[in-house]
Amino acid sequence: MRARDEYWAAVGAVLDPEVPVLSVIDLGIVRDMREEGGTVVVDVTPTYSGCPAMRTIEHDIIEALQQAGAATVKVNTVFQPAWTTDWISPDARERLRAYGIAPPSGAAAVPTELIPLQRRAETIACPRCNSRNTERRSEFGSTACKSIYYCVSCAEPFEYFKPL
Amino acid sequence: MQIDFNKGARFNVLEFSNLQFAILNLQFEIQMPLSEYLLRLGDDRLILGHRLSEWCGHGPILEEDIALANMALDLIGQANLLLELAGKAEGQGKSADSFAYFREGIEFRNALIVELPRGDFAFTIARQFLVSVFEMLHLEKLQSSAHSDLAGIAAKAFKETRYHARHSADWMLKLGDGTADSHDRVQKTVNELWRFTGELFEVDDVERDLVAEGIAPDRGALRESWRSEVARVLQAATLTVPDDGFMQRGGRDGRHTEHLGLLLAEMQIVARSFPGAEW
Repeated sequence: MRARDEYWAAVGAVLDPEVPVLSVIDLGIVRDMREEGGTVVVDVTPTYSGCPAMRTIEHDIIEALQQAGAATVKVNTVFQPAWTTDWISPDARERLRAYGIAPPSGAAAVPTELIPLQRRAETIACPRCNSRNTERRSEFGSTACKSIYYCVSCAEPFEYFKPL
Repeated sequence: MQIDFNKGARFNVLEFSNLQFAILNLQFEIQMPLSEYLLRLGDDRLILGHRLSEWCGHGPILEEDIALANMALDLIGQANLLLELAGKAEGQGKSADSFAYFREGIEFRNALIVELPRGDFAFTIARQFLVSVFEMLHLEKLQSSAHSDLAGIAAKAFKETRYHARHSADWMLKLGDGTADSHDRVQKTVNELWRFTGELFEVDDVERDLVAEGIAPDRGALRESWRSEVARVLQAATLTVPDDGFMQRGGRDGRHTEHLGLLLAEMQIVARSFPGAEW
């Protein structure tokens, strides 16, 4: 049985500890939630294989559901289909930008070439001044899901939530 | 026929029906190769991830320090998922931690190339490049494994590994097509590492069965695409592709270089000093 609305609302209030403007529902990592007897079963899929926030997220989901009245909660880790940034909603992308993180641009399409040589870094708009005069400094940033960019126009570094 | 065990228990082999033998045999045939295969995949990532983590705080520039630590995190995360699955397949209740921290060197199943010391930046990058191009090709196929959890883990790892391969390919271009010194150092490293690449493509009985069952991709069949991807980048980086010669092997059977023992001593010391500790 699909979990009742108040349970969905409780889980919808659980935020990603590393990006605290996105809930776990906005991120698309809660794949299903149902009631089996007296137990609320939540299917969660990891973002990155090594994402250190996953344990905290599981813990927060359990706590939120218990506060909403669930007697027992079980969190299942599911691997298929694999998480993609395409599941982040348009509204959540806008909140990311307002928070100062450039949202993933477009879909996480698989390039035809495995290792594209002579590629130009995508132009990503600065989340502060909206300028496209930006440079990529590194594809790896402060967390697994972000790259480091620099805005030439406003002379500030910013982070880009990279497509996966 | 009677067998005496140390504790005096008696066990009549003839009482074992053919069916029981068939079941035991089947469990061995299916579970042992699967857990063995998962240990190979997990150990390759655990050991390479540890080598990359050694750069934390020592990177040549801040961005690279962060990049190498990020890749270490991805690899150790993948290892965690794969070793956890290996524990399930083996059915003895072992966790990823018990595989990582409480096995001896001879029980590790990683290929030799990942355990070699991190060397200079050129060595780390060249090794990362050769290995991640292989991993990318292998994971691309593993995404359609008949084992659904393994396929899901592979799909995620494939996307992560594409970032790793791009990062190291970019650096191969910069170093190879950079100064005379960077060119020489990265070429020397590629030449040294080449003899460790053959092991990545070895298929033995363990994997042959899994390939037939559609669980594992055939590593041997990836060799040509690996060679052409690697050659394409090396040539663009003005580097020479070494000739195939004698290839080192042994990691899959637990025969390792002396370097693995030193790595494990560091990696395992906290878990072994305080077994069962939690925080």
